Amino acid sequence: MNALLLANETAASAGWMLRNAWIIPFIPAMSFLLILLIGKRTPGKGHWIGIAAVSAAFVLSAIAGVQWIQHVNDAHHASGSEEQALSVGGGTLAAKTESPTAGAAPAEGESAAAEEEHVAVAPVRNSVTWYENEGTNVKVGTLVDGLSVMMLVVVTLISLLVHIYSTDYVHGDRRYTHYFAFLSLFTASMLTLVIAENTLMLLCAWELVGVCSFALIGHWWEEQPNSDAALKAFLTNRVGDMGLIIGVTILYFAAGKSFDIVKINEMANSGEIRQFLLLVASCCLIAAVASKSGQFILHTWLPDAMAGPTPVSALIHAATMVVAGVFMVARLYSVFFHGLTIPGSSINLLALVGAVTLIGGALLAFVQNDIKKVLAYSTISQLGYMVMALGVGAWTAAVFHLFTHAFFKACLFLGAGSVSHACHHSFDMKAEMGGLRKIMPRTFWTFVIATGALIGIFPLAGFWSKDEILAGTGGWPDTHGTGTYYAMLIMGMLGAALTAAYMTRVIYLTFFGQYRGHSHPHENGPRITIPLIILAVFAVGAGFLNLPPGVFGAGDAHHPTGWQERFGHYVEPVGKYFPDVVHATPSYLLAIVSSAIGLAGVAAAYAYYRKVETRSRAEGRKLTELPDGITTRSKPAKAFHTLLVNKYYLDHLYNNVIVAGIKGPIARAAYWFNQHGIDASVNAVGKGSVIGGKFLYTYFDQKVVDGAVNASGTLSSGVGEELRHIQTGKVQQYALLLFGGTTVLAGIFLILLTT
Amino acid sequence: MLLNQFLLLAAALFCIGVYGVLARRNAVLVLMSVELILNAVNINFVAFGAFNRTVAGEVFGLFVIAVAAAEVGVGLAMVLLLYRNRKSIDLTEVDLMKG
Amino acid sequence: MLAALLAQANPTGDGLFVAQNIAFGVIAAVMLVSAWRVVTTKNVVHAALYLVIVLAGVAAQFLLLGAEFIGVTQVLVYIGAVIVLFLFGIMLTRAKLGEDDTVAREHRLMAALVGVLLFGVMAWAVVDDYSDTHVDIVSPNTTAMVSDAIFSQYLIPFEVVSMLLLAALIGAIVVARKD
Repeated sequence: MNALLLANETAASAGWMLRNAWIIPFIPAMSFLLILLIGKRTPGKGHWIGIAAVSAAFVLSAIAGVQWIQHVNDAHHASGSEEQALSVGGGTLAAKTESPTAGAAPAEGESAAAEEEHVAVAPVRNSVTWYENEGTNVKVGTLVDGLSVMMLVVVTLISLLVHIYSTDYVHGDRRYTHYFAFLSLFTASMLTLVIAENTLMLLCAWELVGVCSFALIGHWWEEQPNSDAALKAFLTNRVGDMGLIIGVTILYFAAGKSFDIVKINEMANSGEIRQFLLLVASCCLIAAVASKSGQFILHTWLPDAMAGPTPVSALIHAATMVVAGVFMVARLYSVFFHGLTIPGSSINLLALVGAVTLIGGALLAFVQNDIKKVLAYSTISQLGYMVMALGVGAWTAAVFHLFTHAFFKACLFLGAGSVSHACHHSFDMKAEMGGLRKIMPRTFWTFVIATGALIGIFPLAGFWSKDEILAGTGGWPDTHGTGTYYAMLIMGMLGAALTAAYMTRVIYLTFFGQYRGHSHPHENGPRITIPLIILAVFAVGAGFLNLPPGVFGAGDAHHPTGWQERFGHYVEPVGKYFPDVVHATPSYLLAIVSSAIGLAGVAAAYAYYRKVETRSRAEGRKLTELPDGITTRSKPAKAFHTLLVNKYYLDHLYNNVIVAGIKGPIARAAYWFNQHGIDASVNAVGKGSVIGGKFLYTYFDQKVVDGAVNASGTLSSGVGEELRHIQTGKVQQYALLLFGGTTVLAGIFLILLTT
Repeated sequence: MLLNQFLLLAAALFCIGVYGVLARRNAVLVLMSVELILNAVNINFVAFGAFNRTVAGEVFGLFVIAVAAAEVGVGLAMVLLLYRNRKSIDLTEVDLMKG
Repeated sequence: MLAALLAQANPTGDGLFVAQNIAFGVIAAVMLVSAWRVVTTKNVVHAALYLVIVLAGVAAQFLLLGAEFIGVTQVLVYIGAVIVLFLFGIMLTRAKLGEDDTVAREHRLMAALVGVLLFGVMAWAVVDDYSDTHVDIVSPNTTAMVSDAIFSQYLIPFEVVSMLLLAALIGAIVVARKD
């Protein structure tokens, strides 16, 4: 308890940047306005405003990162001295109680070092009242903790690199200035999202990033497919946003009329919100996660979103915006943790959605010829990993994978953009690429490194994060995760093999073999390759931030030293607003097995394409696949291939079944109302006119009553024709009907009220 | 004085205004009839204000006058535009929205 | 002001109410006749002049109700500005000064019916609720009271109205200018 109090005190003295984190999104927001207002009149058409703003935001985010580390260290120092003074028995000071499942694992009173990991560190909060009404106090403000700071750094860094890359990639575009304006707006919105203090702000920022995504996917809206893709992304996201709005509303009332994220989490943790409410709320929120983070079955917009410019795909649809769903789960983790009973069950909705997405997305990646679409499905699959990890209780693993994935997937996308920039702006791997290894060495090597990281090759970034997720499922013997999820472990491993295979396919088709296109590819300039190199460096190095305990240094599973578990240590929240997750114990054997599975995937794909290569030489033509492959020989395989090519028929389901199914009845209902409701009112008007007087009768005779008689007598089509006559276009007749109708209604009310 | 006498006067003015809006063809006359309606409303505001012993009625009457002035300005601008385009301000001839 | 003077002269006397009632009756009759002429006269300029009478009558009723400021404003804004605007409108649109209102007879009958029905409904509602409610003008609302209310309690609506007027100004110019 003392530790908690002290931690709260240190929160007040936390770094200036942490308390004033609102400045970080404020800078790109200003840049958005500046670019819109004066961008076109500045030399270079405004990109430098965006670059300057995002650089400033990045520097400030980095400062915030340093201050956060300082803040955590301070909290630990403070509690360390307190602990020695107050508690001799050890363990009494744990701000975090042992979870039920942990009982089996390191039960013997975790030693002081492990205890140190559990010192509560209060998030830095700073908020002002936005508006206040009786009993309702809505605030706006910032909630900065390890998760926010990590996201701030990632978003600003990748945004900066994408800005630089874009100055070359969209050079000379007709909406160059608007492009940068929207990049700035997106960056501002995303930064607001990650430091949002309450769910309402989160919702607003969530919608804002959606709008930016819509605008940037449709950047080249002159072509129909692009604007269609933008619309599809927007509309699909609306479906999930409904879930978000409902979920936020449920949580608002459940938490005693509060949008406060920390308060909601604390109340969910302490059991003040009933588990059933949490379950309903988290199911609603999962819909939002599914739409924004491209989870099954709402993922269909993400591959289409590749219609946008490639840097946008890298920034928005790979590294940042699509992880908003994952971020939201991580942010409101107590709600999901208790709502879905993650530690207790062996399967839950979140883990299931993640695991299905992971496999489903990876399979779809095999049948795409468009390099960006392969990467898009890969993103879906990797997001599935993160959601699955959150679903099984491996919070740190999920967030760490989010962190490493942002770098290597951005690198892959920018690499794909670089290839396409060199090849006539085509993304078709089979028709326009091949053999680019020698021509574009820098792109090739960065692409290979990022691929290695994605596949999870030791010691690249993805290896560490993916391995943590697999260990976190708790399915492997002696890993002791939060729960025990065998199915998720198997699916995760299968996903690793699939990932390795389809990425090998991409590399082979793009960089090996012979060039199949018709242009003259060349390596791109430094504004494109330097961001690639920087991201590749992160793809190599980011994994070392969270080495499992006991690797590269002293310390064992419970005594991390040096670089071990530094990411988790600084990022994972500790306090009453975070549930009691159990950190899985890493397993060398699991790491070896999963690496072997990944390498097997690479080997299988490589063997296949060796065969293609040999065949191609033998037949003297350029081949991208075996003409008599398994799909031509085996009927089930062919059927499966067709299923994949049609993307599980989900688009058919949405467009032809659901939309048509809804559209039809609504149209019919509207028609029915037209025929019956309006018909009836016309009848009523007709009858009223008869009562009204003789001259009224003559006035309406030819027009309404006659029509009404016809309608009731024969078909209602006559009424439509008669109704047309009321639409004379003469305002005064409309006004007559308006006043007449109002008078009649007022008279009716009067009669009802006075009698 | 009875409150009723003011309310009935306002009601009568209002209905005369409604008749004007519905029956006159000249757009300027229609606008004048709208002024009658607005004034009837104002009488109600002020009468109820006096009845309730508050200045609120008077304040809202002032707002109505301001809104009416704005309405006349925009309305007459539209009539001018109509006249310029069609050389007539007969409302019965304006029927582009005919179904 | 008339009402105020009378109220001061004889705060409780019945003679005051008689005088007020007579004033009300005369003004109301003139207003109704003029209003009827506004909507029936065939001469547009005459209609505008009859409208002046109605508006002046409304101003007089305001004074009777002890609302001085709005009565004065009514004269200034309506008779001083709005009517002039109407006359300009009539002039610029060169409406025929003679007979020009030839709305179809049944159309006018319909309008009259709606008007009469509306009056019936409203009169019924009013008589039903306020048949013996008196308005006692103890003291008129002074301009100071009105200004206090506007600049404290109704400040935001007041500012909104100023924005509305600005918008109407710009809108009228945009709509009416030639280009």
